Amino acid sequence: MKGIVTRTARFVGAAAICATLGFTGIAAAADPQGNTIVLGAAVSLTGKYGQLGKITVDGYNLAVKMINEHGGVMVNGKKYKFATKYYDDESNPAVTAQLFERLINQDGIKYALGPYASGPTKAAAPVTERYHIPMLADEAASRALFTQGYRYLFGPLSTSEQYLAPVVDVAAAYAKAHGMKPSQLKVAMVFENDPFSLDVRAGAVDEAKKYGMKIVIDDKMPRDLSDISATLTKVKALKPDLLLVSGHAKGAITAVRQMKELRVYVPIVGITHCEAANLTGKFGADANGILCPAQWAETLTYKDNLFGTAMDFYRLAKKTYPYYNEVPFQLAQAAAAIEIWADAFKRAQSFDTEKLRDALAATDMETFYGKIKFDSTGKNVAKPMVLRQIQDGKYVVVEPAKYAVGKPQLPRKAGN
Amino acid sequence: MWENLQILITAPIFNVQLLLNGLTVGAVFALVAYGLALVWGVTSIKNLAQGDFVMAGGYGAYLFWKHGINPLYSVVPTAIVMFVLGWILYRLVIRRVIQLDLFTSLLATFGMAIVIQQSLNLAFGADVRTARSGLPEIQMFGNMVTVSEIRLVSFGLCVLLAIAMVLYMKRSRMGQAIRATAQDPRAARVLGVNTDRVYALTFSINAAICGAAGALVAMIWVIEPFYGIAYSVRAFVIVTAAGLGNLPGVILAALGLGVLEQYSGFILGAQLQQATVVSLLLVVLIWRQILLLRQRKALQ
Repeated sequence: MKGIVTRTARFVGAAAICATLGFTGIAAAADPQGNTIVLGAAVSLTGKYGQLGKITVDGYNLAVKMINEHGGVMVNGKKYKFATKYYDDESNPAVTAQLFERLINQDGIKYALGPYASGPTKAAAPVTERYHIPMLADEAASRALFTQGYRYLFGPLSTSEQYLAPVVDVAAAYAKAHGMKPSQLKVAMVFENDPFSLDVRAGAVDEAKKYGMKIVIDDKMPRDLSDISATLTKVKALKPDLLLVSGHAKGAITAVRQMKELRVYVPIVGITHCEAANLTGKFGADANGILCPAQWAETLTYKDNLFGTAMDFYRLAKKTYPYYNEVPFQLAQAAAAIEIWADAFKRAQSFDTEKLRDALAATDMETFYGKIKFDSTGKNVAKPMVLRQIQDGKYVVVEPAKYAVGKPQLPRKAGN
Repeated sequence: MWENLQILITAPIFNVQLLLNGLTVGAVFALVAYGLALVWGVTSIKNLAQGDFVMAGGYGAYLFWKHGINPLYSVVPTAIVMFVLGWILYRLVIRRVIQLDLFTSLLATFGMAIVIQQSLNLAFGADVRTARSGLPEIQMFGNMVTVSEIRLVSFGLCVLLAIAMVLYMKRSRMGQAIRATAQDPRAARVLGVNTDRVYALTFSINAAICGAAGALVAMIWVIEPFYGIAYSVRAFVIVTAAGLGNLPGVILAALGLGVLEQYSGFILGAQLQQATVVSLLLVVLIWRQILLLRQRKALQ
């Protein structure tokens, strides 16, 4: 009898604890604890995207610090500070998905920031979607993310097919200016085999087809992105007029390093992630003439009340993180994501994820990073990309004409 | 694919470029694989941290370069530091699992790999690093073939190291003890060989070889805390293909692998380089199986 009583008491006790925890969980979901709103993300701090994940986290931290220093966000008459919670997804999309589950289920995160790169974001989006958690995918540009009908996913970036297509346009204009037909140009391409780079490739292929250019090399990088010498030997053999490379920062470093080592010369070269790869710092004059698509540049004329102009942000980021030779646009877009969240909270005046989702969908603002307005699929349609060229060690915006501060210098000097 | 093959036929000079690239890289693979074969043969430990030892050695060269010293001078000091690290790891980890089953030792070396990766990541960050030796590139055949001098120097160093290892194993008392232990540890113990010391030395020598290889990798290629796995996989492929205790086989397999990777990259595309390696391993294993079956039939 005593045993039964003890067991019953234990059961009741356990049930009471579960109930208490359950209620606490629900309370935490409805309203932030204390005066802090926690934004969560799984970001690659190790693995092949580790370097870019670190840049992303630096961007998040800078904006959180700035917003908190400016008093935080006012919701329902009370000021709230932002805080962040990160996990390292080891550049492995499967881990990203697990960590987002953990963030949502164990840590009670209701407002998500993006992981680094389209691959991990592709893995995280179904999770946030299932739990109806709005996510600002601020480091994912793959067009494919916005064709899945996701309702809670918003991307402030220009989509990836716009990265290298302008380089093809520049090459076509160059051909015309030199009395050639664009269709006479030969194109070599080498891309990482990931959702982002494959989208970049698709955009470039469409553009090259438009001009009737001949694609003579269309290779993928090996998985660790550390050696493309075989492809570059082909480039040497086939002498293309245009070389397009996309493999995040590591692919960019490998390409420039091995082009130098194998003395590969191509008149027009377009590479993504030049700034994050620190091409100017690492390779000096050997990086001159490379065309680099960018989501953001400090010479653009956007501004907001928090950071000021794009140049103000650039200076602040350089001061806060002196280890950056150039401020990568990945840092800017991470910071902008926090601003977009702050704006959504201000407009929603609520912690309800549905209301916040609707507020995000209705975003129409200008940040130092660019204008933000999402279409029905969740992608930003208000901000164009820019194309920069490394000229004498400096990044100079050369396209589109509206934002250009210099002209493309083509062909690249031989020996570069 | 056919177009790429045509290039090699119509402009055979590019074969020279691929061969040079492949052989110079293959020489480094040979070092790493030889170290693996040594440890595998003597201690039966399949060291999954092999590639991570290479990366750790690479950071030695990087530190030299960062402090303004030509990384070429780092090969010997890095090997010494890695020897000591190998000794410590043997005492801390390997010694405790050497008599245990295969899975325990695999798990232990896998754990070591993770610890090395994360330590390097914490110490140096996840950025791709390189150590520039400052040596120029050599142009040949009217600039159609380029090879950097550092690749040739590293090839020479690999050959020297391999010769030194062979001589050490053949001539020195300790080398003989290592070979005796590899053949039969119990008999070696009976004959007065301190097998524990032999194991420690073998593991440390392997770490030193990997360290030297890593320093060369940092100069001719790039290093990153998590790139080690590619070297581990290659080393396993080479040793499995060549067989344990077959040094000429290991060297030939490594050089062949280096060249094959270059050719498959050129003909099939860089994305299929590693797939080619694994496919090759499969072919070798199947071929061996066929040979074994034939032998058995002959016996019957």
